[in-house]
Amino acid sequence: MRDRVAIVGVGETEYRPWGGITDRSEFQLACEAILAASADAGLPPHDLDGFASYANDRNDAPRLAAALGCAELRFSGMVWDGGGGGVCAAVAHAAHAIHAGAASTVVVVRALCQGQFGRFGRIGGRAPGRQAAAPSVPPGFAYALPMGLLSPAAMCALIVRRHMHEFGTTHRQMGHVAVAARGHAQRNPRAVMHGRPLTLEEHATARLIADPFRLHDCCLETDGACALILVSAERARDLRRRPVHVLAAAEGGEGAWGASLYTHAAPAPPYPAANLAPVARRLWAMAGCGPADIDVAQIYENFTGMVLLALEDLGFCARGEGGPFVEDGKLEGPAGALPLNTAGGNLAEAYVHGLNLVLEGVRQMRGESTCQVRDAELCLVAGGPGVAPTSALVLRRG
Amino acid sequence: MMPYLPADLPRLPPGRDDAPWWEALRRHQLVVQRCAACGTWRHPPAPLCARCHATACGWEPVGGHGRVFSYTWVHHATHPALAERVPYNVALVELPDAGGVRLVSNVIDLRPDELQVGLAVELVFEDLEDVTLPRFRPAPLSAGHAPDSAG
Repeated sequence: MRDRVAIVGVGETEYRPWGGITDRSEFQLACEAILAASADAGLPPHDLDGFASYANDRNDAPRLAAALGCAELRFSGMVWDGGGGGVCAAVAHAAHAIHAGAASTVVVVRALCQGQFGRFGRIGGRAPGRQAAAPSVPPGFAYALPMGLLSPAAMCALIVRRHMHEFGTTHRQMGHVAVAARGHAQRNPRAVMHGRPLTLEEHATARLIADPFRLHDCCLETDGACALILVSAERARDLRRRPVHVLAAAEGGEGAWGASLYTHAAPAPPYPAANLAPVARRLWAMAGCGPADIDVAQIYENFTGMVLLALEDLGFCARGEGGPFVEDGKLEGPAGALPLNTAGGNLAEAYVHGLNLVLEGVRQMRGESTCQVRDAELCLVAGGPGVAPTSALVLRRG
Repeated sequence: MMPYLPADLPRLPPGRDDAPWWEALRRHQLVVQRCAACGTWRHPPAPLCARCHATACGWEPVGGHGRVFSYTWVHHATHPALAERVPYNVALVELPDAGGVRLVSNVIDLRPDELQVGLAVELVFEDLEDVTLPRFRPAPLSAGHAPDSAG
């Protein structure tokens, strides 16, 4: 599959803070993002014949195909559990389907209207004015719930606290991830945090969420939708936009990781980790390049500290070195050595479960980012750290 | 004793794979599954051994000595039942007597600055109306327990 499939269209709705979109349904947002991606690609929506998503997206492929008037549904794929870890895996599944000949024009979509359905990952929450369904709880949660381990923030805090103990990682180092993202959002008018810059001092003194994480260590909560369309690289040459090739894709994690966000039962080492190391080994092998070749990166930030662990797992620095690695400002684009999350990411642009990170990767490879890295040719994208399965992509300018 | 956390937090009913674990807690016994064929400890409960795939297992009573592997203080309540209960801690407690398996639990009866990675803790059973939960408190210094490294 290496380099044989390309992203040819991207689309999104507006992004609003939690509960900010009330005039259309989440399903309509999903359709709008797909129509925008179709228009961007110059491909009629009726020709879409495959759908891929992740994290139990509610907007299922058969319903989307019918609503969009697709002539035929040939492929549908959903990544098992893993929350935002599956974002790059959904892109990979679309690419695999095209490469295998199972479908020709596949859309990856994610829509989140948390005001209509409640916070993703929240147990026992209820959206205002709407009867929430009984919480869907994975089995590993049985030993976490009565102990008050209920939120992704607390789960990831346990991993990051252990990392701080073993390697001396500091909360201030995590602040560099937040400040870089917020800085990038000041260049991006689509970003929820556009117009609201952040300093390291503000990061350090914000209210505590789950120690060591404070408010600005945590991803946003957003209403919005994103979509992107893939076709074969051969076909992409004839379409209207510069193709962005899926140079490499990998997903999964340690075999024993299981439901470790709830159970924390993974062997140590690799715990504390992002569970991206096995993914990275296969990713770089397929790509035929390594971290030193990457011009710009989009790494899913559920929480800032987890990004430091992801940088280690992905090979940008050695294990335990994630904190010192980011201290010199290298994450700040467009001129830093490794500009990270150049549209603002989950922390400052929008939390569309990381699919907005893939869209930003595409924009960088087209030369259209609001924080464009000069002559960028290769972009790393990684899905949610700490979960299983997680996933990653290397995108190449076509 | 007041429960450390509100009793109306969500819970899952015991299932086919973990009922003996919950039943033992009700008898004030902490048990950990151990493969009858190869002796490998495992937690959380599972129907077969990941190492040798034997399904036969024992539910071995283990001592209540543990060591804090990691922890967090939760300040933001994400469930209505916790709105008046923050901050509280969640701790991962390593059990040296059971191959180093980890429990998700809480450490009670301590000041916030006393909770550290490596803290020696001992088991306490907390009886709620229909379930008993394993929680921990700081171990007296004399009961300090050297964790084994075999896990």
